[in-house]
Amino acid sequence: MATLKEFRNNVKPNWCPGCGDFSVQASIQRAAANVGLEPEQLAVVSGIGCSGRISGYINCYGFHGVHGRALPIAQGLKMANRELTVIAAGGDGDGFAIGMGHTVHAIRRNMNITYIVMDNQIYGLTKGQTSPRSATGFVTKSTPAGSIESAISPVELALSVGATFVAQSFSSDLKGLTELIEMGIKHEGFSLINVFSPCVTYNKVNTYDWFKENIVPVDTIEGYDPHDRIKAMATSMQYKGLLTGLIYQNTEQKAYEQLVTGFKEESLAGQDIRMSEEDFAKLVAEFA
Amino acid sequence: MISQLSWKVGGQQGEGIESTGEIFSMAMNRMGYHLYSYRHFSSRIKGGHTNNKIRVSTKPMRAISDDLDILVAFDQETIDFNAHELREGGIIIADAKFNPKLPEGLKEVRFFTVPLSEIADELGTSLMKNMVSIGASSAILGIPAESYRNIVEDMFLRKGEKVVEKNMEAIRRGFDFVNELTGGQLPEFQLEKAEGQKQLFLIGNDAIALGAVAAGCRFMPAYPITPASEIMEYLIKKLPKFGGTVIQTEDEIAAITMAIGANFGGVRAMTASAGPGLSLMMEAIGLAGITETPVVIVDTQRGGPSTGMPTKQEQSDVNAMIYGTHGDIPKVVIAPSTVEECFYDTVEAFNIAEEYQLPVILMTDLTLSLGKQTVDPFDYSKVEIRRGKLLAGQELPEKEQNDLFKRYEVTEDGVSPRVIPGQKYGLHHVTGVEHDQTGRPSENAANRVAQMDKRMRKLEGVLKTFKNPVVFDAKHEEADVLIVGINSTIGTIQEAKARLENEGVKVNHAQIRLIHPFPAEQLKAHVEKAKQVIVVEHNAQAQVTNLLKQHVGHAEKIQSVLKYDGNPFLPKEIYSEVKGLIKHGDFERVSQ
Repeated sequence: MATLKEFRNNVKPNWCPGCGDFSVQASIQRAAANVGLEPEQLAVVSGIGCSGRISGYINCYGFHGVHGRALPIAQGLKMANRELTVIAAGGDGDGFAIGMGHTVHAIRRNMNITYIVMDNQIYGLTKGQTSPRSATGFVTKSTPAGSIESAISPVELALSVGATFVAQSFSSDLKGLTELIEMGIKHEGFSLINVFSPCVTYNKVNTYDWFKENIVPVDTIEGYDPHDRIKAMATSMQYKGLLTGLIYQNTEQKAYEQLVTGFKEESLAGQDIRMSEEDFAKLVAEFA
Repeated sequence: MISQLSWKVGGQQGEGIESTGEIFSMAMNRMGYHLYSYRHFSSRIKGGHTNNKIRVSTKPMRAISDDLDILVAFDQETIDFNAHELREGGIIIADAKFNPKLPEGLKEVRFFTVPLSEIADELGTSLMKNMVSIGASSAILGIPAESYRNIVEDMFLRKGEKVVEKNMEAIRRGFDFVNELTGGQLPEFQLEKAEGQKQLFLIGNDAIALGAVAAGCRFMPAYPITPASEIMEYLIKKLPKFGGTVIQTEDEIAAITMAIGANFGGVRAMTASAGPGLSLMMEAIGLAGITETPVVIVDTQRGGPSTGMPTKQEQSDVNAMIYGTHGDIPKVVIAPSTVEECFYDTVEAFNIAEEYQLPVILMTDLTLSLGKQTVDPFDYSKVEIRRGKLLAGQELPEKEQNDLFKRYEVTEDGVSPRVIPGQKYGLHHVTGVEHDQTGRPSENAANRVAQMDKRMRKLEGVLKTFKNPVVFDAKHEEADVLIVGINSTIGTIQEAKARLENEGVKVNHAQIRLIHPFPAEQLKAHVEKAKQVIVVEHNAQAQVTNLLKQHVGHAEKIQSVLKYDGNPFLPKEIYSEVKGLIKHGDFERVSQ
């Protein structure tokens, strides 16, 4: 069985020292080993931005695509090869700005994929512009007078479009994050894990210290039930979207692949693609 | 006795015009005639004029005709719009219900007012006026009403014997009414007997979809759009039988990137769209190029730009298909010109995509995608599946950790070995960032050049191995004119050519099937032995003409006949435009 070591490669990340993404990377590697995967059974598909590089830093199959499109690539891969564990990963710009349309529809579709957002509430690689996760009033290069738009709440967004697994975490909490990723991988359906992953270079507001002071782990809330969608929504609103932990899970809903008519358990990629002459003759006869 | 006939039915969209044409042509197909049809329609669900023009012939042809023999009109608009197409002595069969009137200034036509709706109402449903009109047409052509029985049974037997009889009664009543008016069948409308070979009757989009299933395509993510949706609709019905599926995506960007993901995963996957969708796909097409992921994209061209004319004929995405996406990638653009080629070329598109690991665009136009044609039955023994350098797990040598599979190994033909994710010793990383042989990001100058050259080299192989990149009908050693076209214009050019040749003009014809990489060598010889070259195309910028000038030279003798009013060329238009250019030698002239 593969250990954490097998998921490491010798590529040095180009992230700034102290970047929250390092622990996201480590958590994915740990979680993959903990759930008993071999490197060849895992594919990480990522978008563009600092965080998008993550697919190249894990020893497994990797696809580094175009900005905002990690999710459709991941879904196509999953449909082709449902025996693979597919993790999509990217930043908040990737998932909630340019790729927002795909995020919403991937959640609705509910394929068995884990989507990890490295949420630093700013555009890092382009050197510090506002993000859809930036708070109103947040001053950046592109919003010198402070952002006049409101921020997206990933949790509330996901809940509203029928998510079956919503979690939020903080990159300092390596153990908690690893556990959530393991749960996400095991969840039969789409799992969204939004990770507060501070940008130490461009975001001087939402820092490690700021998160430590402001996040609210759901297991500290008395009577919190992660299977109650209405409560999850209300609690997230109550705590301004700063909940961490497993916020909501629906284990009743089947994954997309399980609902597709005629879709087999074995990977589509492994099946013979040549049809019989008889089948062909039948198809052609419909046009005679 | 006549050897061919043109019949048109028209009315408001949503009142069964298409199915009327369908039943009429199915009957003709079963009698062994060759057929070619064109639908005029608008981008709305109900209302608005629509018509279906069907040409019936004892010989194969692939064009709508210049004029019309019989027009069936369910409303006055149909007469006002279409009566001018009727030949002298042609016939209008009009529903008595709307008090049809002949427009002024029409040449001599025969006008039959028939109570189509009234008879249908008597039989219980006004929709049956379509059947009555078919009976009425058949009386003129001398086709017995009983000939429709097996078609009517195929269509309605599941609804019960009674429904079959009602429909047969509708056909008979229409037949009898007109038969009485004419006092028997009209000899000048009697078709010669057909050769009676068994043929398929289908639209280009059906042939593409069928070709995809035969080629082993098992996944199609797509977004609905005119005139491409039929491909998706067919695959929605058929793929589950072969273990595959279709996903209607949120947009065309998702469609293409999902198809890329699936191809990376080892499944043959395609998407299909028209111009607006193709524009959205451009960045991802570049991703397929640099990651060397096979993918097949169908672009059914329609009137552009932007929303343009969604239900109209055009060939104006040529430049977009060739030059679209930023940066340099190898890409293949194939342009079938017949429904038959739509089938075989789709199979080939999947083979080329996998053999050369690049995006392949299958280009059609609206007339080809939606026009129904009779074709010889497809030959499954000609369906070959070639997956190129795709390695199975057991072919991979053992490797140490961090000793990555060289997914982008620099090879002579530019194609590197490919492996489906899941293989123990095939681990690799692909990226749209420039990368080294193992797929790791690299901006090293020498590596960049090596990788770029390797990718672009693949096009040399495509050019060498592509079968029949140009279809020539060029028997003249020295031609007065070489006519060049793409896609659906093949049949129209053939007819214009025949007329010109009758007048003593030596005409050669080239229909280009491989648009990119451009088959310059094959075309060059023919361009050189023609006094004049005229490119016939449906766009305003003479996109194909410019390709020819760019790749073959001889710009001084290359001219264009352009049409971009939304309607397909008629044979007489190409004939007279080409003739005008020959006679006047007017090198600037283009049609309006």
